[in-house]
Amino acid sequence: MGFVEAATNKSMGKVKNSRSSDTVMEIAMYAFAVIFLVILMYPLFFIIIASFSDPSAVANGQVWLFPKGFTMDGYRELLRHENIWIGYRNTILYTVVGTAIGLIVNISAAYALSRKDLFGRKFLSLFFIFTMFFNGGLIPTFLTVRDFHLYDTFLVMVLPFSVIVYDIIVARTFFQSSIPGDLWEAAQIDGCGNLRYFVQVVLPLSKAIIAVLGLWIAVGYWNSYFNALIYLKNPDLYPLQLILRNILITNQMQSSMGTGEAAQIALRLANLMRYSVIIVATVPILCLYPFVQKYFNQGVMIGAVKE
Amino acid sequence: MRAGQFAPGRTIGQIRRNWGLYLLLLPAVVLTLLFAYKPMYGVIIAFKDYSPASGITGSPWAGFKYFEKFFHSYQFTTTIKNTLVISVYSLITFPIPILLALMVNQMRPNRFRRFFQTVSYMPHFISTVVMVGLMMILFSPSTGLLGSLYQLFGGEAPDLMGSAGLFSSVYVWSDVWQHVGWDSIIYIAALSAVDPSLYEAATVDGASRFHKIRYIDIPMLMPTAITLLILRVGGLLGVGFEKVYLMQNDLNITSSEILSTYVYKIGLLSSQYSFSSAINLFNTVINFILLIMVNQISKKFSENSLW
Repeated sequence: MGFVEAATNKSMGKVKNSRSSDTVMEIAMYAFAVIFLVILMYPLFFIIIASFSDPSAVANGQVWLFPKGFTMDGYRELLRHENIWIGYRNTILYTVVGTAIGLIVNISAAYALSRKDLFGRKFLSLFFIFTMFFNGGLIPTFLTVRDFHLYDTFLVMVLPFSVIVYDIIVARTFFQSSIPGDLWEAAQIDGCGNLRYFVQVVLPLSKAIIAVLGLWIAVGYWNSYFNALIYLKNPDLYPLQLILRNILITNQMQSSMGTGEAAQIALRLANLMRYSVIIVATVPILCLYPFVQKYFNQGVMIGAVKE
Repeated sequence: MRAGQFAPGRTIGQIRRNWGLYLLLLPAVVLTLLFAYKPMYGVIIAFKDYSPASGITGSPWAGFKYFEKFFHSYQFTTTIKNTLVISVYSLITFPIPILLALMVNQMRPNRFRRFFQTVSYMPHFISTVVMVGLMMILFSPSTGLLGSLYQLFGGEAPDLMGSAGLFSSVYVWSDVWQHVGWDSIIYIAALSAVDPSLYEAATVDGASRFHKIRYIDIPMLMPTAITLLILRVGGLLGVGFEKVYLMQNDLNITSSEILSTYVYKIGLLSSQYSFSSAINLFNTVINFILLIMVNQISKKFSENSLW
């Protein structure tokens, strides 16, 4: 393989030398790639340096590459906001419990659907897939949740919407293509039942798909605000994103402030805090990603669409 | 199990033998029945004068009253037009992840390529709330990055977040910024499945890079692209609530009120359950028809279809 690759590169290199259009294209491509990287990264970089800078320097356009008037006041102000920490705690709880439930529900369903000897397999797949294209809509779903007395409870944040059909399809494809059918036949001869086979043989072979789905589901829970907006009333249950919305978008902090110089300072702190709160809310979920990245190459993504 | 071999005794035997698989499916099936299919039944409140006291079955029938009310309301054309503008505009950006994937595929597998990919995925992990908060901070004409940039060149920045005319552009391009890298993963995965000997043969035949992209890479991506395109068109009227709702303000409301935000306001904020459900149902049905139509067309002209 290595030899073939080397040979290919060599022959491609030779041809490339004789084609100036290829060289031009190469240069243009890398130049574009660098511009693209700057456009993607700079806004994020700016938020980081702005969170450590004097807010008036930021407002006057003096902050470009390094923090100006270094300060930790934004972060210090953040520490004083009790709501944020309640939201943080709730989000961690929702993410951990929700991801566990989501993995159990979706992975087991996906495995069962991947088995060719499952009677009613076609019907059961359709049963799930239909819900991707047709649903009751906001109000009937809301009424259902309320009828089950889940409105304004912890459970509404982790249970009702834990079946994710797209994830089931992806995992099903993974099981079909990477768990050999012979394995089940061998296990069966040894007297192993479906459940034991699933837990002791299938799951250990499926770390890649568990990692990828786990990441998707966790990111979903960490970032969601819609369900909280609709199904929660009690502020003690609010997830971080809903509190962020109040701080970043509806600006609920400023309304409680007085006038005069004290208000001016408070306003500046509030602005500074908006930068730091973005970082504090985003960094934890970004940290998950590198651990899972290596599994992305296992062909999960193609499987998702190719059926 | 071919249809010809069907025998009741055998079927029951098979179900009994595989009871473990049905147990694995149980949680997902129960949750889907309760939270996806039960609300579908609730859709009938769109045809009723729903009152919480008498419940879904007890409420009197209203026929198509609420549909007519929506068709005659002044919001009808506005919301549909806004929804269509945003979704068709998004649809036009559909090829961008494909272009990015083609470009990444041309890069030599080295450190730069890995770095490029990692960075391009990153914005995907930012939550919608933080994303909109970020936009509000960066696009502020007086204190934001954009404002500073314009000041640097002696101009005055436009108010991107408070402009009805620019709403769809801001919405769509910020989405491209956030998701283009992530959306390209699937195409990069598809391209990695190209048989290297194809490139070799093309090189021997004197193909340039451009030729290889045109005659090997693009045909390779077509099935994946068409499948994704069908799904996108099927959701043409289903522009998500989350981001639009957060971006809405009094200044841009004329072009930011879309079907889903309207459904939310009518239903949950002003408690007109039946009216809201009717609008929602209208939306779902149109999406469903679009999906079936596009799938049919694709079946006719290419070999790709969802079913």
